Amino acid sequence: MRPTQPIFLERESYRRRRLADAAKLSPVLGAVLFLMPVLWAGAGSTAGGLVYLFGAWALMILVMKLLSRHLSDAEPKTDESVPEGDDAV
Amino acid sequence: MPYNLLLAISAAYVVFLFAVAFWADKRAAAGKLGWLRSPLIYTLSLSIYCTAWTFYGAVGYAARSGLEFVTIYLGPTLVMIGWWVFLRRLVRIGRAQRVTSIADFISSRYGKSNALGILVTLLAVVGTTPYIALQLQSVTLSFDVFSHSGASGGGENLSQTAFFVAAGLALFTIIFGTRNLDVNERHHGVVTAIAVEAVVKLLALLAVGVFVVFWVGGGAGATFEAIEASPISEWEMRAERWGTLIFLSAAAFICLPRMFQVLVVENDDERHLTTASWAFPLYLFLMSLFVVPIAVVGLSVLPEGSNPDLFVLTIPLAFDQGTLAMFAFLGGFSSATSMVIVAAIAVSTMVSNHIVMPIWLNARQGGATVSGDVRNIVLLSRRVSIAAILGLGYLYYQLSGGGAALAAIGLISFTGMAQVLPALVGGIFWRGATRIGAAAGLSIGFALWLWTSFLPSFGPGVLSENTLASGPFGIWLLRPQALFGIEGIDPLVHAVFWSLLLNTAAFILFSLLSFPRPMERLQGATFVNVFRYSQATRGWSGGAAEAEDLLMMSQRIIGPNEAQGLFEAEAAKQGKVGYLPDVTPEFLEKLERELTGSVGAATAHAMLAQIAGGASVSVEDLMRVADETQQILEYSTQLEEKSQELERTAGKLQEANAKLVALSVQKDSFLSQISHELRTPMTSIRSFSEILMADKEMSVADRTRYCQIIHDEAIRLSRLLDDLLDLSVLESGQVTLNLNHQTLTDVLDRSVAATELPRDARLFVVERDPSKENIALYTDGDRLTQVFINLIANAQKYCEAEAPVLRISVGQEGTRTYVDFADNGTGIPAETQALLFEKFSRGTDARAAGGAGLGLAICREIMNRLGGSVVYVPGESGALFRVFLPEHASMAAQ
Repeated sequence: MRPTQPIFLERESYRRRRLADAAKLSPVLGAVLFLMPVLWAGAGSTAGGLVYLFGAWALMILVMKLLSRHLSDAEPKTDESVPEGDDAV
Repeated sequence: MPYNLLLAISAAYVVFLFAVAFWADKRAAAGKLGWLRSPLIYTLSLSIYCTAWTFYGAVGYAARSGLEFVTIYLGPTLVMIGWWVFLRRLVRIGRAQRVTSIADFISSRYGKSNALGILVTLLAVVGTTPYIALQLQSVTLSFDVFSHSGASGGGENLSQTAFFVAAGLALFTIIFGTRNLDVNERHHGVVTAIAVEAVVKLLALLAVGVFVVFWVGGGAGATFEAIEASPISEWEMRAERWGTLIFLSAAAFICLPRMFQVLVVENDDERHLTTASWAFPLYLFLMSLFVVPIAVVGLSVLPEGSNPDLFVLTIPLAFDQGTLAMFAFLGGFSSATSMVIVAAIAVSTMVSNHIVMPIWLNARQGGATVSGDVRNIVLLSRRVSIAAILGLGYLYYQLSGGGAALAAIGLISFTGMAQVLPALVGGIFWRGATRIGAAAGLSIGFALWLWTSFLPSFGPGVLSENTLASGPFGIWLLRPQALFGIEGIDPLVHAVFWSLLLNTAAFILFSLLSFPRPMERLQGATFVNVFRYSQATRGWSGGAAEAEDLLMMSQRIIGPNEAQGLFEAEAAKQGKVGYLPDVTPEFLEKLERELTGSVGAATAHAMLAQIAGGASVSVEDLMRVADETQQILEYSTQLEEKSQELERTAGKLQEANAKLVALSVQKDSFLSQISHELRTPMTSIRSFSEILMADKEMSVADRTRYCQIIHDEAIRLSRLLDDLLDLSVLESGQVTLNLNHQTLTDVLDRSVAATELPRDARLFVVERDPSKENIALYTDGDRLTQVFINLIANAQKYCEAEAPVLRISVGQEGTRTYVDFADNGTGIPAETQALLFEKFSRGTDARAAGGAGLGLAICREIMNRLGGSVVYVPGESGALFRVFLPEHASMAAQ
């Protein structure tokens, strides 16, 4: 089936793919942000840490809110047609 | 606040929850779910992650370990943020496979193995029971806080409260959790009640938080400074605990039976995850937001030694905010009850599906078709399981004495359920994961968890100081909190690290080394490639299962109306009327999925297997493959047959063609022959008549001789013409038969007499067997005589033997009588045999015989008319003609 598929996707499908990429990568971003306090273990202030953590948390919620809106728009046509992991670019 | 008022309000709240659940169930039954199945309800139902341990415990945790409490919520946040990668798959699989619990999921993934289901169920029971005890403790403690002011209080009172709470919860869970054996295993009533509780606990905690920050603490800035100044700030982060706890809570979020229940089983629509992906982190965010301020303020305003786990209640009470405290109490009550209800439903489903039902099915051989309502058994076993689990929780609470040991149980329980994670994640992403691997990983993880985390939590009563210090039987390497001699690790990190590491290692190693059964491979492929083909495995091939048996069994499990509806719909889809569809593999799969929703994958598979003939997928699949091969083979055999037939037909056509060609040649030669035959007598007649006309003085003797010749030739001519006429009459079917009674002897006598040769001719002997010839006939004697004469004359003409002998014998073949005319000549060559009975055909040496070649053709036509036949029997030394007498003729004579 490979040869029959276009190598490049149209703009809309391309956007959708990148949104899915963002959705896949966001837990990595979250993990990095949430593990950051380890770096200043023992040195930073508790209140400062609290503000940082809740800030990061709020940021992730915001990112997910934005992502979810676009993903749910794209939902009906998401990667059902193309097997996961075989994404064309 | 008076204790009695508290009781009254609690009771009113409980009644309200009952009403909500009842109302939602009713709406669901009427099919008017509306916003009841909205993403909001789904998100709120996830909040059972926040139990009383969160509601009260988080503040206590923060008071003791500072910011670390937040890791318990960061883990689930990460899971929700990564929903696209993991939860989406999990939910899709859960829906496609009609998974009823995490045990069912694992069992289903690994070839519907019930052993794995039992293992996970045991783990869940062991892990959940203390957690339920913890909830009972929190509720009784919160009651106790209020009762301190007025009522007598005391241990017995607390124990009583715990008992009533447990009993009430059991009642609620049984009523709404086992109301029906829904094919989807969704409990709209319960979920809606939980959503209401989720709102209550969030609002309660926020209210307390706002009160603490803006009323007591004097605003956000002041609170910030208070945090900096409080003893909490002395807390030092320990990196390994931080990372481990985030990971552990993430794992628990997926693996806890109650979380799996709301995340996967109760999920109505995959798209709800999209909303939950940000809304649930927001919920957790709000739940955690005021935890530290409450802890800080509690530590500063409340007297030394007060229990920080109850700050949420005691701070409002200290400031005489009775209503707020009441609200907070209801929040805590909601947290505890919702967790207990869902956990009880989830675990009881597991116990019933993986332990009770298989045992029950095994106990009664003959299984699901025997009389007895399976449906009631399932419901009963669920109800008993719920009661038993709550009873265990209560017992645990009583035995542990409600002490500090319980506070630690939350994380211990998390670690226990996290042991399922390798098998779960591996099962979703790795097709090579096998049942053996999963069993090995789970067993090792379970054992290590018991040894390093669960048993030590009971204190010296269970594992002695000595064992902790120097290992079991002095085996130094197996010390519960310093495995392999590596000391100094935090006990929790130690337990999580070793149990999950060795669990995963065993899982991978045994998966690599073992070979999966066909069912595992099919399920593995379905699970891993869920987005490629979202359908259940092909597990059944029809035939053995009878639609009626299946209907009987299904009625017992999902109820008569539902089962009949299902069967009727399927029958209608197949274009049939009535309740019994054809048992197609597709139908069996569908039915299995429906039943799976009620009794779990392994049990449903086992039940269907009992009816469908017990064939597992391996054999079925091989059979299907074999069937296809068989079909191809059959097809090619058919083709071969067809082509052989064609060949035969072509051969026949060629034969016919050859016959036609030969006939045409014969005809040509006959025409020349007949013209010759006609011309010869004509020539003699003409020449002799000319002589007679020319020679007037001819002697009388000569004249007489010539006239005789002319006469003879004329007779020959007319005989030839007679023969031709006779044949054409016979062939056109215009002949009239003159039927009368004869005996064979007479007919033969006449025939032989008619062919008597003049004395001077060569000797021709006719042998007969008169004893057998006495057969009465009812036929046209003259025609039969004609045939016989022809045959005898032929023998006379063609037999080349020195002493020609014609043997006429009578025989019997079956019911038919025949007369053989066998001579002792050389017989008829094979190439002329085929044309023997054709018109104008004649022997090779035609001239010698002088016939026109019509005799045998006339014979055949006569015999056909008479209802008999005449054939040439090859393979004899001489020529042998066999005349089959007309059957009715000979029969009638006998």
